[in-house]
Amino acid sequence: MAKPSLKKTIMREQPHSERIHNFNEVPYGYSDEEAIAEANRCLQCKKPKCVEGCPVEIDIPGFIKEIAANNFTNSIRSMKSKNALPAICGRVCPQEVQCEELCTLKKMGEPVAIGRLERFVADWEAKTGKIEMPEISPATGKKVAVVGAGPAGLTVAADLALMGHKVTVFEALHEAGGVLVYGIPEFRLPKSIVRREVEYVQKLGVKLITSYIVGKLQTVDELLKEFGAIFIGTGAGLPWFMNIEGENYNGVYSANEYLTRSNLMKAYLFPEYDTPIVKGKNVATIGGGNVAMDCARTALRLGAAKSMLIYRRSKTEMPARIEEIEHAEAEGVEFYLLTLPIKYHADAQSWVREIECLKMALGESDASGRRKPVPIEGSNFRIPVDVAVVAIGNSPNPLIAATTPDLKVGKHGNIEIDAKPQERLLLYWRWAEEGLLLGQ
Amino acid sequence: MNRILRKEVLTSSIKLFEIETPLIAAKVLPGQFVVTIAADKGERIPLTVADANKGKGTITIIFQEVGKSTKLLGTLREGDEIPVVVGPLGKPSEIELFGTVVCIGGGVGIAPIYPIMKGLKSIGNKVISIIGAREKGLLILEQEIREQTDELYVTTDDGSYGRKGFVSDELKRLIGEGRKIDRVIAIGPSVMMKAVVEVTMPCNIKTIVSLNPIMVDGTGMCGACRVEVGGETRFACVDGPEFDGHLVNFELLSKRLSIYLKEEKEACQKEAVSCK
Ligand SMILES: Cc1cc2nc3c(=O)[nH]c(=O)nc-3n(C[C@H](O)[C@H](O)[C@H](O)COP(=O)(O)OP(=O)(O)OC[C@H]3O[C@@H](n4cnc5c(N)ncnc54)[C@H](O)[C@@H]3O)c2cc1C
Ligand code: SF4
Ligand code: FES
Repeated sequence: MAKPSLKKTIMREQPHSERIHNFNEVPYGYSDEEAIAEANRCLQCKKPKCVEGCPVEIDIPGFIKEIAANNFTNSIRSMKSKNALPAICGRVCPQEVQCEELCTLKKMGEPVAIGRLERFVADWEAKTGKIEMPEISPATGKKVAVVGAGPAGLTVAADLALMGHKVTVFEALHEAGGVLVYGIPEFRLPKSIVRREVEYVQKLGVKLITSYIVGKLQTVDELLKEFGAIFIGTGAGLPWFMNIEGENYNGVYSANEYLTRSNLMKAYLFPEYDTPIVKGKNVATIGGGNVAMDCARTALRLGAAKSMLIYRRSKTEMPARIEEIEHAEAEGVEFYLLTLPIKYHADAQSWVREIECLKMALGESDASGRRKPVPIEGSNFRIPVDVAVVAIGNSPNPLIAATTPDLKVGKHGNIEIDAKPQERLLLYWRWAEEGLLLGQ
Repeated sequence: MNRILRKEVLTSSIKLFEIETPLIAAKVLPGQFVVTIAADKGERIPLTVADANKGKGTITIIFQEVGKSTKLLGTLREGDEIPVVVGPLGKPSEIELFGTVVCIGGGVGIAPIYPIMKGLKSIGNKVISIIGAREKGLLILEQEIREQTDELYVTTDDGSYGRKGFVSDELKRLIGEGRKIDRVIAIGPSVMMKAVVEVTMPCNIKTIVSLNPIMVDGTGMCGACRVEVGGETRFACVDGPEFDGHLVNFELLSKRLSIYLKEEKEACQKEAVSCK
């Protein structure tokens, strides 16, 4: 075999001048030839490090080998024996800190583009129109309830169905997908792809009930009368605000509301769809994670003349994936780094007009190992805005914990469990998980 | 699921649906609400549950057609299924023995006050009800409430029925007459609730109001429903919708209710329907 190229095969994408005017997906995905070329970069390591970085332990060299051999059917079969959501994961998993981080090739150059190849085989199968069903173990007669149809719930549901259990997923919203449908925008993860993979999970025999709020309609304890086990995958859906003056003025959104209106409710297609959204001219997003990047890029597509991102630390400390930061920059999002919002100013009708900020300097390292930002006194300045989006994080919704007396809850509203994730799947009792696919 | 078993047109703009939703009917308590979606591309609309029949497995919702989405809901007929009805949402009302309670409903707010009033009465409170509307033709549930309550006073803004004036005037009159009142519950437009609160504040009568901010999910996920109570931000869909009226920032509520006026107009123009 020739020495592999040190660079990933490039994935073509929509030019930025065009894409900021539409919600279509930005990268086009690999062609067959590109995928085979990229698959041939893989060294087929005897002890593949990449697999250790994968939360669902996909046989990475295995599925890549089949792509290299132009045997896409075998490739997707191998993939789906471990992961029911490959088109989704290939697009939004943070591969750079999981499988690709550990790839042997990374020591010499760029790792194998595992995510892009994962996405490729999944899309290839969908294009053929023939979705192969995996072998399902004989029925065990056991019933499991899954609360929440986000990536965690769907993954667990699919795995359990393959094991022969009877699974019912309860979802509070009217569509399954969790953050995949309400949070992550169309241009990064088309909703038709989420629907496709949700349908696949249903075809495995999983029953999906939407518009069903566990904790209100039935409590966890009530469900336990009917189900042998419950998996709680309710995500981290409670948005944080900064608790600064003026945060409730008109035009100040939480990232969840801004994205839910635009994605789940399709406000970007208003008035064809009924849910409205305030389309600002000068939009500022506060935060530095994937969610903030999604908001800033959504603002551009909704027609903002200026989309700004305000972050209190510097670029190196941003928790967002590098790829997302680069996309945002390429599209023209203006970064206000080392900047801390302290107050909103509004007009007489209570519409937000300016964000007052302080400049920050980087001080000593804090507990997270990142240098702590400290405000520079007297450095106040104002940024004119007509929409502000607060994207500084979320914590778990307290509903399940509040209605399940014997669930142990930690400081951040997270459910505490006594076993490690792998053991939990064997425990077959009450598991708690707050994002099987790692969060941000 | 979610089949409309009975539809009644209560006034020109207010409609009643009795919906088959056995799971919600079994759990819902006075003060709680549901979120509905009337059509495929529709908005999520929060509506308070006005009645529930556990035996029959039904809930009743009463809504005013104010914009495109509620108008669309109003076009559904008996036998139709509502695409989405999710609930019960929000905290239930406090139904305890308080003594004498005045229940005040204004406009379509009379609908949610009805189950609360019934609940309070059923455990032994003395219940005085005051209901009001802009004009006679807009008054709903008068008969139903009259059958349950100890006393009933009716007002209309234009004097076309009952006493001319506002529900808050009637409350002021009762207080002026020296009636002993242990608690007031008021549901209606925010100006009405504010007027009631202004009457009860000086005499320190605990007053509960049910807030109706703009919502999206109704489950605590988005923060669209932010209200200020006692200087603190709360999410009305999960922390409420009922709050201590003396602590509510009504001005903020009114301002936030106006966020989408422009868009609402646009939606109505597109549909060529007349919206208020
Ligand atoms: C905008 C955005 C962009 C992101 N981008 C990325 C990315 O690029 N890569 C990445 O790896 N991660 C990303 N993340 C994080 C990632 O989405 C989460 O880690 C992941 O969604 C967690 O999955 P989950 O299934 O635990 O929760 P969720 O996706 O939040 O799903 C939980 C589901 O449970 C439902 N639910 C909640 N309570 C109840 C109840 N009581 N009864 C019934 N149902 C209930 C909710 O409605 C929801 O559908 C992003 C997050 C956001 C918000
Ligand atoms: S570590 Fe990299 S090179 Fe080795 S098998 Fe995995 S993907 Fe291939
Ligand atoms: S409506 Fe979304 S949090 Fe209340």
